[in-house]
Amino acid sequence: MTLDAGATVRVKDDWPEARGPVHIRTPHYIRGRTGTIVRHLGDFPNPEDLAFARPAAASPLYHVAFPMTGVWNGQGAPDELLIELYGHWLDPV
Amino acid sequence: MGGVPKFMCEPVDLEPHALTDFDRQVDAIRGLLGAKEVMSVDELRRGIESIPEDQYGALSYYRRWIRSIADNLLRKGVISEAELRAALEEA
Amino acid sequence: MNILETDGERLLLAIRGLLAQKGIVSPAEIAERIAITDNASPGQGARMVAKAWTDPEYKASMLADGAKAAEALNIPMRGMPPLGVLENTPEVHNLVVCTLCSCYPRAVLGYPPFWYKSAAYRSKAVRDPRGLLAEWKTTIAPDVKIRVVDSTADYRWMVLPMRPAGTEGWTPEQLAAIVREGDMVGVTVPAAG
Repeated sequence: MTLDAGATVRVKDDWPEARGPVHIRTPHYIRGRTGTIVRHLGDFPNPEDLAFARPAAASPLYHVAFPMTGVWNGQGAPDELLIELYGHWLDPV
Repeated sequence: MGGVPKFMCEPVDLEPHALTDFDRQVDAIRGLLGAKEVMSVDELRRGIESIPEDQYGALSYYRRWIRSIADNLLRKGVISEAELRAALEEA
Repeated sequence: MNILETDGERLLLAIRGLLAQKGIVSPAEIAERIAITDNASPGQGARMVAKAWTDPEYKASMLADGAKAAEALNIPMRGMPPLGVLENTPEVHNLVVCTLCSCYPRAVLGYPPFWYKSAAYRSKAVRDPRGLLAEWKTTIAPDVKIRVVDSTADYRWMVLPMRPAGTEGWTPEQLAAIVREGDMVGVTVPAAG
């Protein structure tokens, strides 16, 4: 499934770091936050597997926009964050 | 590092810091190991993130890299610990 | 002692020796790689920016595919990650950071500067971009949206700044000369001089 531009998504509020050695490209500050898909950037091998030299399946990569106010307790208007996130970290809202 | 309070009050060091010969060599070796598919940039990052916090801060940027490169080459069996010890004796 | 705690200079010597001995990486390859990397500099990105300012067709292609646009100016992109270009407009100012490590569009800007790799830059950019820009004495109007681009994954990002007033009729060479490294990361904006 590919998410379309304009779709609202929520970043998983998941912390695999607590369960053992991992390498995660989803920044801490964005987990659990709600944003908007800007663009599908292509499909890339999952870095969580590449980091351990395991076979890595391709995961869709998206540019996702988040208003600063939704990330930092209402602070930061009118600015926004634009972040590359893999599809397996995003849930459609 | 995004929004980490500990670093929010620290001014950014805007001075240019020239790279040393050491820095360039480590950078080049990392690039070559990536191009030759001996180790990926994600493995480099994993190795950097696994440096204990009390040691991480004391290491320069490229000292973290060479440590991660060594970690990955050992982990993958590209070199053995005995070989590395012997080479360090001569270094 | 954990062998990984060995001083970095000695680790480098030992690893370089072992990689040469095993035929994985030769000293000649290292020297060649350094020469290639040293050759990439902000001057490359500045040439792209200047061309985009003077050639609308090139600008469109640059925004669609940065790597292809770089290659069109003979900037080597083989083996490099995809390059995205973020256009500054009167409504939006882009600022690039890599909070997780130090991803940087090296093919077109060269080695990342020291400040880009610092903990202070990486933590402030995503939370207080206007405070961060003040350290460069850069002010973005309050009604202009700052878009902070956290370079977390497979792309590398460069900023296409706005062409400053007072540069009408300038040649691409003159224009390229006023575009600095920081302008293409978004911490500064170019001026006619």
